[in-house]
Amino acid sequence: MSSATPPISVTEIKGTSVVNFTDSKILDEANIKNIGDSLTALVDEAPQPRLLLDFTGVDHLSSAALGMLINTNKRVKEKNGMLRLAHIKPQIYDVFVITKLNKLFRIVATRQDGLDSFDSPM
Amino acid sequence: MSKSPGKGSDSGSSGKGPSRRVSPRASKGGKAVNEVNGEGLKSLEFDFISDYLRMREVQDQIIAAVVASGFVDDDLFAIKLCVEEALINAIKHGNKLDHAKYVHVRGSVSPSRFEIIIRDEGAGFERGEVPDPTDPSNWEKPSGRGLLLMESYMTQTKYSDQGRQIRMVKNKSKTA
Repeated sequence: MSSATPPISVTEIKGTSVVNFTDSKILDEANIKNIGDSLTALVDEAPQPRLLLDFTGVDHLSSAALGMLINTNKRVKEKNGMLRLAHIKPQIYDVFVITKLNKLFRIVATRQDGLDSFDSPM
Repeated sequence: MSKSPGKGSDSGSSGKGPSRRVSPRASKGGKAVNEVNGEGLKSLEFDFISDYLRMREVQDQIIAAVVASGFVDDDLFAIKLCVEEALINAIKHGNKLDHAKYVHVRGSVSPSRFEIIIRDEGAGFERGEVPDPTDPSNWEKPSGRGLLLMESYMTQTKYSDQGRQIRMVKNKSKTA
């Protein structure tokens, strides 16, 4: 199964860690934990983390995945960092709306919007 | 159970232990999707131990039946999400991953309607006692979001047997 492949890939762009997800489904407990651990490592190693999660290719995500994202957000905030979510498909965006987590997370349309938003944070 | 996680594949643990009741299409203790009649009604019937690998197998069969009945797009997304949430609830929160406890699935899919009943063997729960996950003061609590999603996406959601059983219905959306 998905043992060796890292659950995320990270690209550094202008001081921001841009994260893509390997799987189209963020469901499995083990997978979610792996992603969470990888994101935590990214947050831990940056003095003031800037994370942009790019959901391109992600078709499914469960409430367990939302919990992991909430945790990541909390850790980022604790270090006065910034987190953005981009390229969320409409069906998945609905999940954020129903759970009202669209109010907790800063969700942007595109990766570029996310990068721009770091330079002019509100 | 003192089994190390990972590795353990389908054939169960090493020789000893419960390797019971997993015949592929028995009416009891098995797992099956069966045609009920010529109208495209399929029955769903699965009993499986509280194990994520087993859950995925069952889930795949349920979703295959749903797809075969012509559910697409938002309906399919909703059913996939809610079946996931309900099965995880049964295994993790209900049966607490106890391999001695089973999850029982009964249901049916027709070209117009999906119905599923999922029952665990855990202690049950009181719906009213689960905190409202949309309240910002509860954002960091892990529970309640799955229930909210099921209740939002399904046409009907009903808990019974003190929370050990959930029945969900999704009517297929009319398409143009």
